[in-house]
Amino acid sequence: MPDPMNPAASGHHVRLGSNSGQPMTRRDGAAKVTGTATYAADNRPEGLVHAVFAGASIARGRVTFLDVAAARAHPGVIEIMTPDNRPPLHVNPDEKFHAFAWRTEALQDDTVRYAGQPIAVVIADTLEAATEGARLLAPLYASDPARIGFDQGTRYDPPAVGIGAEADFAKGDLAAGLSAAAQVTETRITTPLQYHNAMEPHAIVAEWTEDRLTLDTPNQAIVMSRNAFAQYFDIPAENVTLRSPYLGGGFGSKAIIVGPQLLAILAARMVQRPVKLVLRRDQMFGPVQHRGATQQVVRLGMEATGRLTALDHHATASTSSFDDFIEPAANASHNLYASPSIRTRHTGVRIDTGTPGSMRAPGEASGSAALECAMDEAAEALGLDPLEFRLRNYAETDPASGKRFSAKALRDCYAQAAARFGWADRPLAPGQMRDEDGLLVGWGMGTCLFPAPMFPARARAVLRADGTAVVETAGADMGQGAWTALAQIAADGVGLPIDKVVFHSGSSDQPDGGVAGGSAHTASAGGALHAAGGDAIRQLAEIAAADPDSPLFGTGNTGVTARDGRLYRSDDDSRSDSYSDIMVRAGLTELTGTGSGARDPANEERRAMFSHGAVFAEVKIDPELFQIRVTRMVGAFAAGRIINPHLATSQLTGGMIWGLSFALHEEGVHDLRTGRAMNADLAGYHVPVNADAPSVEAILVDETDPYVNALGIKGVGEIGITGTVGAIANAVWHATGKRVSSFPIHIDALMG
Amino acid sequence: MTLSITLVVNGDRHDVSLQDARPTLLDVLRDRIGLTGTKKGCDRGQCGACTVLVDGRRVNACLSLALTVDGADITTIEGLATGDDLHPVQSAFVACDGFQCGYCTPGQIMSAVGLIAEGDAGTDPERIREGMSGNICRCAAYPGITAAVLDAQARLADSERTNG
Ligand code: FES
Ligand code: FES
Repeated sequence: MPDPMNPAASGHHVRLGSNSGQPMTRRDGAAKVTGTATYAADNRPEGLVHAVFAGASIARGRVTFLDVAAARAHPGVIEIMTPDNRPPLHVNPDEKFHAFAWRTEALQDDTVRYAGQPIAVVIADTLEAATEGARLLAPLYASDPARIGFDQGTRYDPPAVGIGAEADFAKGDLAAGLSAAAQVTETRITTPLQYHNAMEPHAIVAEWTEDRLTLDTPNQAIVMSRNAFAQYFDIPAENVTLRSPYLGGGFGSKAIIVGPQLLAILAARMVQRPVKLVLRRDQMFGPVQHRGATQQVVRLGMEATGRLTALDHHATASTSSFDDFIEPAANASHNLYASPSIRTRHTGVRIDTGTPGSMRAPGEASGSAALECAMDEAAEALGLDPLEFRLRNYAETDPASGKRFSAKALRDCYAQAAARFGWADRPLAPGQMRDEDGLLVGWGMGTCLFPAPMFPARARAVLRADGTAVVETAGADMGQGAWTALAQIAADGVGLPIDKVVFHSGSSDQPDGGVAGGSAHTASAGGALHAAGGDAIRQLAEIAAADPDSPLFGTGNTGVTARDGRLYRSDDDSRSDSYSDIMVRAGLTELTGTGSGARDPANEERRAMFSHGAVFAEVKIDPELFQIRVTRMVGAFAAGRIINPHLATSQLTGGMIWGLSFALHEEGVHDLRTGRAMNADLAGYHVPVNADAPSVEAILVDETDPYVNALGIKGVGEIGITGTVGAIANAVWHATGKRVSSFPIHIDALMG
Repeated sequence: MTLSITLVVNGDRHDVSLQDARPTLLDVLRDRIGLTGTKKGCDRGQCGACTVLVDGRRVNACLSLALTVDGADITTIEGLATGDDLHPVQSAFVACDGFQCGYCTPGQIMSAVGLIAEGDAGTDPERIREGMSGNICRCAAYPGITAAVLDAQARLADSERTNG
């Protein structure tokens, strides 16, 4: 019986799967391969001028002088914005006025709190003139010593970690668990600062028309950010249009508002012309967040049988001197392995960098790295195969809450990935395998876990009398495939083939599509789209049931099913009516449904909801040079209903390569003396290139999750990093017998 | 001092006057000529997002001052398709999901077109991966990119057989 309040929740009104579940290629594919997809910096409104900000070259202190006259004298320079003449902002950039507001710098004063912080903006006719003008400012400073690295920073107990997550957690009696253990292992892991470095640098084109503001800027939370921009400038939200049809990658760095965006808008107000501000690559290492560095300690207690008795995970993580985002690394130990006692704790360390933020799998990635290395070390101590050890500690219920899982096909993930990889042939002891060229070969594995949150989202579906529909939500496609997957769900929601559906997304004019983050976008915005379609279909069915000329007249409680533009009686497929006929007879040209994405609160209360997976990795290491190559990775993932297997696979393999990057490549290095990023470019800040990832495979494991949400969808965007980092480190041990204590794994860690 | 240069971009002649010698080919394409398909990822030759063909050769447009390519024949991502018919490399990138966010994609595709024309990589995936390693994809669509280059080679070889 369909729930009248939420027709989508019943899943009865359409056959989900006519569009969803199909491996369609990207609907934005043609635009992206022809260069016609418009990213923010591609906008060139009439009268456009360019802004470049000057970044601080010290990490702490005050700006005492800027050579404004020299900059102003440079041909083409229009205006210089400094704290002295910057137009007012309604909200102090140091205020945290909502959950996703970070303290930021928009020239509110002359203080410097990290290297690279904006200290002035030059606006000019050309990019070249603005760039040269910024150089000519030649700032002078009163500087204080930089505090960089865990030893220089100030330690504190954070009240919360991540975005509002608990900093400390305890279950059971840890001391008892440790003393009852036959063996206790302790694993220490450090992870570095990491910078998102989306291929598209942060960019904004801002244009004022009186008190209306048009913004082209990549954004992962379009309507939320629109509202926040409006608050900064004290104008009604509807006066701001934020367009973000394509993001050139986000990875968490484009969800919150950052200072450079405010500065471009202020500059546009100052010069009364549209302004474009695009960060240079080196400017991406400061004001636009990063992943904080961590030092982690994991202690595991085990019975001789291999069952865990205690799990203790402590993470120390870096944040800025002026705001709090603590990488919630230890919380990665809450929900994976069964242990009668679990304790997790966090310590913060304030250093002179910008404030960290969510970077793809924030906490899950770095925490999993430490936990999976620890599990491998424990398996070694017990003389057990690492997979067998994990199976002996398989959690049938959520270790932290005791709740049952909404669905958990992790055993299938282990089995399928292990079989595909050939794990059964792995020798237990390290250093046993060589390839035909004499390279050391090692195999390692890790378990993947990622929660399945949902964000509030809304959508609208308009059926048209010509048998087509327009559906809309302000979704954000940063590469995960929202243009395609959301349209597939939307088409199923209105019971039409996808080519009959026009999908509008990516602009603040549309209903709030929520946040493209937390791997929750498809579930949240997709749920809203499906519900909106359901609402429109329900109205259409009511009209038909009341229409004596309709074959569906009097359908009443028996209900209807929508497919291919027709409504069918649920109990009699021979009686049907087309959307067009129903609407034309009723004199309607359009019929609008609305919906929101939601989860049944009772299910939320009773179930723990996660995507699961397993990754197996092979490394080959030169026995003399210790160069490490990841020659093969196989992952298997269970994440509920997969809307588009083609695109989901890309998300998963992309995530696994991020794991590879974490394990072997990425590291933001700051000079201890000046606090400046030493490798603020793509030659010094390594990310994998094509040749670094020769063989990466992701298997989609069938899983039906009846509780997670009406559509049974969980996320695939972030889980691929988890598990993978540990799998590679464990493979390195298996090849060399050397345990890793810090990421990325450097050659010198394997020498001697 | 005004400097005048001529660029032939995708077959169209553009006379561009520059105030000085500073603008790169990339900025001239994007800001002066208005062809924004070519992307800027690093502006210093480290990412490949700006790859175009200059007289048939793969070049990082951010590393070439526009003045130095005066008179050159330039192909950008906008010049590959014929009307609505995608170039085989473009079709292969769509079919093989050789991208996610799409920002590196114009550069990847131009690089792939150049690589195939150079004729050195053949059908060896390892050599293709090496030959495409000047183009960073932060989304890490590498498995799809390699598959797309292989697929495009096959498509091009097929059409050569049919045509010739
Ligand atoms: S923008 Fe030219 S190589 Fe990166
Ligand atoms: S597709 Fe996003 S950077 Fe390559």
